[in-house]
Amino acid sequence: MAAVLEILSTIPYDQILIQTVNGIVTGMILALVASGLTLIFGIMDVVNFAHGELFMLGAYVGVIVLAATGSFWLALVGATLVVALLGAALQIVTLRPLLGRDPLTTILATFGISLVLQNYALWQFGPVARKIGEPFTGQFTLFYLDYPWYRIVIALLSAAIIGALWLFLKFGTWGIWIRATTQDRVMAQAMGIPVPRVLTGVFAIGAGMAAASGVLFGPLVGVNHVMGVDWVLKAFIVVVVGGMGNLAGSIAAAIFISLLEAYASLWVSPAQAVIVSFVVLILTLLFRPTGLFVPTPK
Amino acid sequence: MSAVPTPAEALVSVDNIHTYYGKSHILHGVTLHIGAGEVVGLLGRNGVGKSTTLKTIMGLARPSQGEVRLAGRAITGLPAHKLARLGVGYVPEDRRIFRFLTVMENLRTGLDRHGVTSVRKQELLDKVFTYFPVLAERRQQPGGTLSGGEQQMLAIARAMMLEPRIILLDEPTEGLMPRMVSQIGQIIGALHRDGVAILLVEQNVPLTLEASERIYIMEKGLVRHHCTASDINVNDAAIRQYLGV
Amino acid sequence: MSRRRTAVYWTGFCVLLGLLIIAPLVLPEFWRRFLTEILIWGLLAMSSDILIGYTGMVSFGHSAFFGLGIYGAAAALLSVAPPSLLLALLFGLVAAAAAAAFVAYFSTRLRDIYFAITTLIFSQIFYVIIFTWTEVTGGENGLTFSRPPLAIPGLFSVRFTPNTLHWFVLGVVVLSYLLLRRITQSPFGMVLQSIRENEARTRAIGYPVERYKMVAVMLSGLFAGLAGVLYALQNQFAAPDFVFFLVSGEVVIFNVIGGIGTLVGPIVGAAFFLLLREGLSRFFTEYYLIPVGAIFVAMVIFMPQGLLGFARRWLNE
Repeated sequence: MAAVLEILSTIPYDQILIQTVNGIVTGMILALVASGLTLIFGIMDVVNFAHGELFMLGAYVGVIVLAATGSFWLALVGATLVVALLGAALQIVTLRPLLGRDPLTTILATFGISLVLQNYALWQFGPVARKIGEPFTGQFTLFYLDYPWYRIVIALLSAAIIGALWLFLKFGTWGIWIRATTQDRVMAQAMGIPVPRVLTGVFAIGAGMAAASGVLFGPLVGVNHVMGVDWVLKAFIVVVVGGMGNLAGSIAAAIFISLLEAYASLWVSPAQAVIVSFVVLILTLLFRPTGLFVPTPK
Repeated sequence: MSAVPTPAEALVSVDNIHTYYGKSHILHGVTLHIGAGEVVGLLGRNGVGKSTTLKTIMGLARPSQGEVRLAGRAITGLPAHKLARLGVGYVPEDRRIFRFLTVMENLRTGLDRHGVTSVRKQELLDKVFTYFPVLAERRQQPGGTLSGGEQQMLAIARAMMLEPRIILLDEPTEGLMPRMVSQIGQIIGALHRDGVAILLVEQNVPLTLEASERIYIMEKGLVRHHCTASDINVNDAAIRQYLGV
Repeated sequence: MSRRRTAVYWTGFCVLLGLLIIAPLVLPEFWRRFLTEILIWGLLAMSSDILIGYTGMVSFGHSAFFGLGIYGAAAALLSVAPPSLLLALLFGLVAAAAAAAFVAYFSTRLRDIYFAITTLIFSQIFYVIIFTWTEVTGGENGLTFSRPPLAIPGLFSVRFTPNTLHWFVLGVVVLSYLLLRRITQSPFGMVLQSIRENEARTRAIGYPVERYKMVAVMLSGLFAGLAGVLYALQNQFAAPDFVFFLVSGEVVIFNVIGGIGTLVGPIVGAAFFLLLREGLSRFFTEYYLIPVGAIFVAMVIFMPQGLLGFARRWLNE
């Protein structure tokens, strides 16, 4: 009994709690990125390799708007709109021509776009990381540590954006159009739904969400041209683990994986903590390939 | 007896269209016309190209040759969503309602259009719920939970939401019980009274003869016979062969 | 294939081979080295073509096989003295094969897009392991080692000169090409292509599609590993950068640009890309990827069959 108590007392509860909060915060941002990705895949059957770059460009636009206006919130809105427009333009120019073809061509095309965007950012902004200032400082005490309010706000905002997306899809004309197009593209057209425009719109929404995550996450890390690469990988893992095209699944998976990684980083370095997500992926593929949180199809 | 409308005055005119499905040459030069407000039947055995004809008109299949016109305007090759907006409604084989959308949402896919006042929308809904009371009852249920007959009604109701000038009906009575079949016949009559033209593809010959004013019979990708419904000689050997009876 | 076409094909082949043999004697060192690199990347791209072009499986995992080929060779050359060419080959191929077996196991369970993403993630797994296991792999800094002599134990041993290295690489690449060509034209290769055309039907006919796919992945991985060993020999250093998934992406670019399903196409694609990079980097310095990426996207849209795609049937007969 004493031995058990002794073991229990060595567990760093306070650190675990802090990591729990960290994990949820990161998880919510990851969920925001991943939901854009899974939306695009579920509705358009497009694997958007450039998603991480849209995230990165969102952060950069945020930097610019912040520098110009001094307002974080304007930066958030501005980045979302600008990148959403960029996404729409990209979709019209490069993905629409690929509509009837083998879905693998979209992977290649978006991969090419990601290379262009990444290097464009490098060219325009240089290799030195920029910073987005937090919109407000201030902390509250979590145990004996000061935990920044800002992080909680990010998590709440991400949740709010995802919630808004869900409401948009559930009600409203565009929501019906999007859901109809996902279920039966041919009949959606026969009902007068302008399917090509719907697809562009969906891509723009996904891009906007990625950009918003970029701005929200900006203050936590430096903004540079490769910040998208790590995120896109993680987002893909989340999407596969959550079940491709399954919005609720990717949110659950994002939080789950982020929590595990946060706990893992108590013992190993962050670079090694990512192995957690890889392990989760492998286990999912082995035992529940349709998605960890998806009921196994009979 | 209605005269065959000339191509100039027809609401929909299909001229010598050839349509392929991959490498298969399905339509070998189909020509037919439908006048405004007419009910025209398209008969023939399985596989002769009736559905493909409807799909070509609807812009879901692109003809390699030939022309399709709507009220004189060439619409060949236009995408389906433009045609729906121009007033062509389509009720496909196997219904294809949106299974995960509710009945109401299914109707809204056609109802939510530019330039339709909310008063008009309510009128359309009321009309459809009068024709199909069971849909009113089930309006919040997902389409996939409806029975076959109810789904067929929903498919027709959905097309009606577009306020179409013509509805393309592909085998609406397939797989339905006799009671429902006669209900479909009544719906067709009601649509006709509303002034909507109908191109009816069917395997059910008696129903078609009763509902339609004129009949085309197709065989192997071509129109082989054309007459008014009352003039058709069901004892003619050639006609029996075309119809597979 | 008709007599005449066979003759044309082999004549072309011999002419090209002749040019490649003479090349190191006439080219300045920089270009000689460049040519050798093209051959190595070409081999890597060719190995990827087995999957993409012949079996219809897009893989982003080749950086793992390639990288493990390099590190395997490095391990042999660093741990066993005197450094032995054969051991380097052996270690490199075994390492790549192990990775390929790992990937192959999963590959069969996933279709298309899921397979592509998963292979990408697997490359990253290997990358992270190599990057963080600093004691063994040298982490970020990689490993340097010396080049072994061209030797057959007991028979002869002679140091590589730049020219003989080039000829050695050329020999290996040509042999690989001929071997792969033989394989793709064999009944096995035909089954792979049938899987690419219509997997469901191939399975319905009765072929154990999973097993064929696994063999295809192993085969592809082996030749990618071979390319890695050659790279190690040429450059004498190993770094985690080669395992990063972007390298896989570049390989796929070579395949698409050159023309999938042609075996030679990817080599041409590699040459095209590397030359383009060399040329454009004079103007754009390190931002050459912007125009190259744009060209790639344009090719995917407008010229999906690649540069040699038009000759695909001909090259396969």
